[in-house]
Amino acid sequence: MTLGRVIEILEAEVVVDAIDREMEIRSICSSDLMSDLLHFSSRPKSILITGLNNTQAIRTAEIADIKGIVFVLDKRPDKETVRMAREKGIPLMVTRLSRFTACGRLYAAGLGSCTGEDR
Amino acid sequence: MTRRNIEGSFHLSGGDFTNAGAASSELKSILTNLGINPEIVRRAAIATFEAEMNVIIHAVAGVMYYLITQDTIKVVLNDMGPGIPDIDRAMTEGYSTAPDWIREMGWGAGMGLPNMKKNSDRFKLDSVVGEGTTVEIIIRIKEGKTE
Repeated sequence: MTLGRVIEILEAEVVVDAIDREMEIRSICSSDLMSDLLHFSSRPKSILITGLNNTQAIRTAEIADIKGIVFVLDKRPDKETVRMAREKGIPLMVTRLSRFTACGRLYAAGLGSCTGEDR
Repeated sequence: MTRRNIEGSFHLSGGDFTNAGAASSELKSILTNLGINPEIVRRAAIATFEAEMNVIIHAVAGVMYYLITQDTIKVVLNDMGPGIPDIDRAMTEGYSTAPDWIREMGWGAGMGLPNMKKNSDRFKLDSVVGEGTTVEIIIRIKEGKTE
């Protein structure tokens, strides 16, 4: 699935755009606790769905090679978070959906968990 | 191709969430630029990031030292922190002493030390209560050679 399709499915607003919305996304990571993500995210080309809209989410995405971040419940990142995301080349999106619904829609559309537990 | 050993260090300030993760980010760039396998770089980045965050969260200050040889990545973190009274308990997944405000920042899941161990080929933790903690992470770049 392309990042562009993810944006459509989540009816998301793009805050920091990707260089290429045709970028392939293969799986979803979702948590508000960063060490849980670092423990479980094992599949490449994943996106993060989280309510944590601060710089720590950007750092975690950078360290774990996560390709983009969607903030749920219309949570908007502050200027510093946006600046860091631009600097690191990590696309940021905001959706009004909850984490559950956002993950559910993407799962129904064919994306699996970054943990690989649904294989 | 052979290359010379590369070493360096970063100073870490406890409570400095603005720069939290910057040292691990820079080390990740160094490893990537050396052409090391991305999965090995990723493991090293995750282990060091968790260790760096522990210093930011729990300690007054610390130093992250790294040595990259032909065969291994070695990262040692020394901190001036409270120390860990019960290391076995601290290594238990889900156990955390972090306060609620740290969890609001996205940390304190109780997975930090287990994540460091999981992503290391060799992991060593020494701690003295009231003095500080030393973490040593070794990751093999080439199979079958530890040091």
